[in-house]
Amino acid sequence: MAEIIDIKVNGERHRVEAEADMPLLYLLRNKLELNGPKYGCGMEQCGSCMVLLNGKAMPSCVIPGSAAAVYEVVTLDGLARDGKLSVVQKAFVDEQSAQCGYCMNGMIMSATALLAENPKPSDAEIRQALNRVLCRCGTHTRIINAVKKAATEMNGAKSAGKP
Amino acid sequence: MKVFEVFKTYGAFRTDRREFLRNSGRLLIGFQLLPLAGAALDGEAIPHPVAGNGRTIDSWLQFDSEGILTVITGKMELGQGIRTALMQMAAEELDMPMDRVRIIIADTSQTQDERYTAGSGSIEGSGNSIRQAAAEARRHLLKLAADRLNAVPEKLTVENGVVRYGTKTIAYRDLVKGQKLEMEVTGNAPLKKHSEYKLVGKAVGRTDIALMAAAKPYYIQDMRLPGMVHARVLRPPVYGAKLLSVPREEVLKLPGVSQLVVNGSFVAVVAADEFQCIKAVRLLREKAKWESPALSPLPAALYEDILQKGAGTETVEEKSDVVKNLSEASATLEAVYKRPYHMHGSIGPSCAIAEWKDGQLTIWSHSQGVYPLRKTISNLLNLPEAKIRITGVPGSGCYGHNGADDVAGDAALLAMQAPGKPVRVQWMREDEHQWEPYGSAMVLRLKGGLDGDGRVSAWQTEIWSDTHSTRPGGNAGHLLAARDLEKPFNLKSGGFSGGSHRNSVPLYDFNSQKIILHNYNGPLRTSALRSLGAYANIFALESFMDELAHKAGKDPVAFRLSHLKDPRARAVIELLIEKGGWRKGEKELVGEGFAFAQYKNNAAYCAVKAEILIDPSAKTYKVTKLSSAIDAGQTINSTGVISQTSGGMIQAASWTIMEEVRYDQNGIVSTSWDKYPILRFGDVPHTEVFLIDRPELEPMGAGEAAQGPTAAAIANAIFHATGSRLREIPLLPEKIDWKKFS
Repeated sequence: MAEIIDIKVNGERHRVEAEADMPLLYLLRNKLELNGPKYGCGMEQCGSCMVLLNGKAMPSCVIPGSAAAVYEVVTLDGLARDGKLSVVQKAFVDEQSAQCGYCMNGMIMSATALLAENPKPSDAEIRQALNRVLCRCGTHTRIINAVKKAATEMNGAKSAGKP
Repeated sequence: MKVFEVFKTYGAFRTDRREFLRNSGRLLIGFQLLPLAGAALDGEAIPHPVAGNGRTIDSWLQFDSEGILTVITGKMELGQGIRTALMQMAAEELDMPMDRVRIIIADTSQTQDERYTAGSGSIEGSGNSIRQAAAEARRHLLKLAADRLNAVPEKLTVENGVVRYGTKTIAYRDLVKGQKLEMEVTGNAPLKKHSEYKLVGKAVGRTDIALMAAAKPYYIQDMRLPGMVHARVLRPPVYGAKLLSVPREEVLKLPGVSQLVVNGSFVAVVAADEFQCIKAVRLLREKAKWESPALSPLPAALYEDILQKGAGTETVEEKSDVVKNLSEASATLEAVYKRPYHMHGSIGPSCAIAEWKDGQLTIWSHSQGVYPLRKTISNLLNLPEAKIRITGVPGSGCYGHNGADDVAGDAALLAMQAPGKPVRVQWMREDEHQWEPYGSAMVLRLKGGLDGDGRVSAWQTEIWSDTHSTRPGGNAGHLLAARDLEKPFNLKSGGFSGGSHRNSVPLYDFNSQKIILHNYNGPLRTSALRSLGAYANIFALESFMDELAHKAGKDPVAFRLSHLKDPRARAVIELLIEKGGWRKGEKELVGEGFAFAQYKNNAAYCAVKAEILIDPSAKTYKVTKLSSAIDAGQTINSTGVISQTSGGMIQAASWTIMEEVRYDQNGIVSTSWDKYPILRFGDVPHTEVFLIDRPELEPMGAGEAAQGPTAAAIANAIFHATGSRLREIPLLPEKIDWKKFS
């Protein structure tokens, strides 16, 4: 049965009519018409559908929208600020870290969560943070480069801001 | 219209004027998502129906009244970056800036019929056509400019689409005035000298990556058309199963379900909402009854079956009397290599949208061949091709023939049942895993002879393989749905065996060699997977070269070079050794393996070095680094070549060390990523690629060159580190003899 789900996505409150068991992914893509999270497996195995739930990177393909409503949800669509791509998004563009690009949502969302928590991750920590996201094109080398570049830029911006 | 509005918001990402121009250059990518792309967006005449006949400039290039150049290719963007590379080639010949160039890809109403986007052939095929057309356009435009500027064409220069003579200038825009360039491409228009290239060979960024990063609608999965409904197909439990019953009433009672389509054993649900549709299929899966034939032979008996039932034997190549030369050799060696069925494993399952409206069927598809697919759909529906339009929209990477065409067939059948409504069919993960056509299992038996100097005196390869191409080319039987209909279409298998023996003929200078192919009709559905048979053929050939080198007591790289005169082949090998090093100071627990091939024996030269680290106490190993040197002739886009090579190595490493399609008598067991694991980030090796650019030569396909060499390089590294020669893919650690380490 459809119910009204009150959910905060990308900083905005939405009242969405959806079935209580509808996975968050379908709510985001079909009710809110967002494109960031992608359907890949529906079993939390590939990471294509990653979103941030209270800042933590989580798959959205299993958790019902009604259950996710307790979190603040951020999707790839919501990372840009005032029309400017986030540092992580921009690093992925600059490093050309995509071939087909289908995994990019999961990679950027996971990297965003990682860098918020750990501004200077090692290679191993980057790999671990992105381990949930599958890439079949084999773009991993460029993806690691993008995450490192984003980390450097964010740290540079921070130290530049210090008196 | 929703899609249209979303595209208008690109301006939101505008940061400066250059960024804006780049954005406007992107609009056309989205433009193609619109049904029957017309003049709506920027007032430009987009060709519909197809302009030209392939022999005129406007078949490949058009200028609009603003001087924006649109490149028109029949090839499809698969993530290989072909769009950017083709725009670069056109912009270079015409001296246009990239931000004034757009591109239209695969569309039966707009582009030439360039068959399939496959075999690493887009640069050589479409790229050359576009380059020639651009050169012809330049010659024509310079003639016009010469008249206007009172000069001879030879004295004119062009920069950023503006022709200059002394202080006088005139823009292409003012020469073309929005007219089509309908003159013939003669092929004798002078091409730009490579020494003057400004774009070709450079790492020009792909503009579509910014769209992906910004979550703009880009993929077919992101298309939302007005009135669109969702459909799911309930595929049978196993190949050839027949439907006995479905819980019709129960399904139709579910909320949102508008149609249950049953035609023979083809079952599908249509619903307004996607999740309601998914739930209906879950119920169907639970309650539908089938009569299922048992799948056989089972995996344990597969390779024996392949060896026994291989038929239709062909001699691919024969040079000198191999049997005699083998019998006279000082030493001989024989080895059998095997590869299992492998999956394409697209991360985004296949998707298509079809709409039957006013006697016209429109299909949006990520197919690799929109024209062959149209012909096949025409056969399926008994509908003239002129009434079908197929527009290519990128999907997730396919790496060959995956479910893209099949899902388009599903959507076409369902659209005919729901007139006036765009029907979106999205395969589920298990659909893609179970029903995509796999890369064929293969067996290879190699025999080699060495002379007294330890040189190869005779070589024989016997190949056993199922077909590597069942792409739909007009016969509906190549689409899954068609085989399940009440009046089924049958798959005519066999025919093309070229994929099976690809790269089986050694490039080495052997005086005596014979290659034999035995065609096999196996239990699982197979078709083109990146590099086709070359993957296993090179795995066997380059493993066997290592074995022969070992037998001859020679260094494997030196052994290869001593049998190789081709200077370009030698150059990639020597460069990789120089840059990547080779077995400098034996390191304990580390193995280095080497392999080389020229893809198809006529495309890119590629050498690969694998480094592995073994852990004898845990009885396991890890591929730590893959290095490659590649020569694809003239480099169009260095970023593209490097990405394709690096990605090819990582993908091939995954196939090689861990992948195998599992099945039992009830059907495919590998139905999800936990049952068909692929390399994850934590285990992905470091990669490096050394690129040899030869701007003076023709460009050659590069996208599949690394697949085979990577497999053999890993096997050779395992031998180097452990002394175990693994000949059966996947090269699982438990196949290594660890006893000697204890």
